[in-house]
Amino acid sequence: MKSKKTAYPYMLWMLLFTIVPICMVVYYAFTDENGNFTLQTFVNASDYSQVFLYSLWIALISTFICLVLAYPLSFMISRCDEHKQSMIIMFIMVPMWMNFLLRIYAWVQILQNYGPLDTLLNFVGIDITLIGNSGATILGMVYEFLPFMILPIHTVMSKIDNSLIEAAQDLGASKFYVFKNVIFPLSVPGIISGITMVFVPTASTFLVAQYLGGTQLMIGDIIERVFPSDHHTGSAIALVLMVVILGFLVFMNRFGDEEAVGV
Amino acid sequence: MKKLSNKIYFGLIMAFLYLPLIYLIAYSFNDGKTSVWKGFTFKWYVALFEDAQIMQSLYNTLIVAVLAAIFATILGTLAAIGIHNFKGGFKSVVQNVSNIPIINPEIVTGVSLMLLFTMAGVALNFEMGFVTVLLAHIGFCTPYVILNVMPRLKRMDSSIYEAALDLGCSPIKAFFKVVLPEIMPGIFSGMLISFTYSLDDFVITYFTRGSQFQTLPIQIYTMTHQRINPKANALSALLFVTILLILIAINIRANKESKEKAHI
Repeated sequence: MKSKKTAYPYMLWMLLFTIVPICMVVYYAFTDENGNFTLQTFVNASDYSQVFLYSLWIALISTFICLVLAYPLSFMISRCDEHKQSMIIMFIMVPMWMNFLLRIYAWVQILQNYGPLDTLLNFVGIDITLIGNSGATILGMVYEFLPFMILPIHTVMSKIDNSLIEAAQDLGASKFYVFKNVIFPLSVPGIISGITMVFVPTASTFLVAQYLGGTQLMIGDIIERVFPSDHHTGSAIALVLMVVILGFLVFMNRFGDEEAVGV
Repeated sequence: MKKLSNKIYFGLIMAFLYLPLIYLIAYSFNDGKTSVWKGFTFKWYVALFEDAQIMQSLYNTLIVAVLAAIFATILGTLAAIGIHNFKGGFKSVVQNVSNIPIINPEIVTGVSLMLLFTMAGVALNFEMGFVTVLLAHIGFCTPYVILNVMPRLKRMDSSIYEAALDLGCSPIKAFFKVVLPEIMPGIFSGMLISFTYSLDDFVITYFTRGSQFQTLPIQIYTMTHQRINPKANALSALLFVTILLILIAINIRANKESKEKAHI
């Protein structure tokens, strides 16, 4: 029980399968095919800076929509009695457990030309293409990651004691005042971890844009396309993505407590 | 949720979450390949079970998930006990490195392992496949085991373990009699999380599987990529029902336990 040795196998494991692979990404990013030092890889990677900014933009909008949708819902759920709360949370988690490709595939079927929604809209005289644009990508992301926003916010809100809210009301606080000074400050840690849990996977995911966004791909799709033929440029893009995501996590951590990153 | 507006809002979100899945399942019974309804059929389900490749992928997925969960649980539990005894700065360095696979974007983990396995494959003359996928899965599951076991170890009163030693237990016996039962819930939930994450993983498997080895998520990718495939709908329906039953069972059990506790 006092032994430290039991951690040694895992430390060796981490060296082999976490640290060495990351060092290899760094090594490939700064070398050419002959193993000479180069920055050309980053010049090649800069061809995709538009895609990079587009991915961050999509992630930002999707995270914002998730927050706006999840916040009031989480509060409503947290005011139900305990038994009902765990039932509702379970039903929010069911779609999350479905394979993510199947969930995106469901939207492909719904949004496709001559699909149900397209037919319906045509019937009432609206003729727009529903699939193959940024809107469809954002819709897919929100659908994919909404539960990741609801769960952490609900967790902190369910811990807010009703008597705190009642006390504020008894002391004459208006509804807005109660929200601003009681509910919101207490829910900040949940918001922070919700934003982290939605933004990071949204910015780095691949295939969602391939399925729904048409020609407008995201950075994950680019890594997947570039990597097999050019490990060096692929590594450079992956390295930049990793640094940006880590920077974002450090930034978010300054607002919240340590737990925001953990799970 | 007393107000009508609240109920409507709740209903809309639930519809948003479930309607796509219901649509997917409904069309698994459609006797036609497009979104035009051509009558009721079970033929996609029959086709699904007759597809040897899909069945093989299902088998591969389960084997990888079971093995990854077992190895990750052993590796992670031992690691958690060791890390628990580390002190100060070194402890937090080890914990941070351990969390890298959780924090890092999955695609970066995927390509970094692909680089490692390709290079090691050239040096040691092997190709990516079952073993590399299993290694990758153990790698991203173990941190979750550690995260689940650590809090249990922290909460445990170490004097119980010392008392067992004082009363003549050998350290190994004391571990199995005292420590293990105490941290068992953490080990169990870590194993469950590992199993489900491994079952569902697409991204990391995609980069470490080589050219031959197939898992169910990879098969789903092949089925759904840029075309409509009713077999994928049938598969969705089966997965959905399985997930629903498992979650309802877990929920009922949890409710029973909390009621029993309330009676005491």
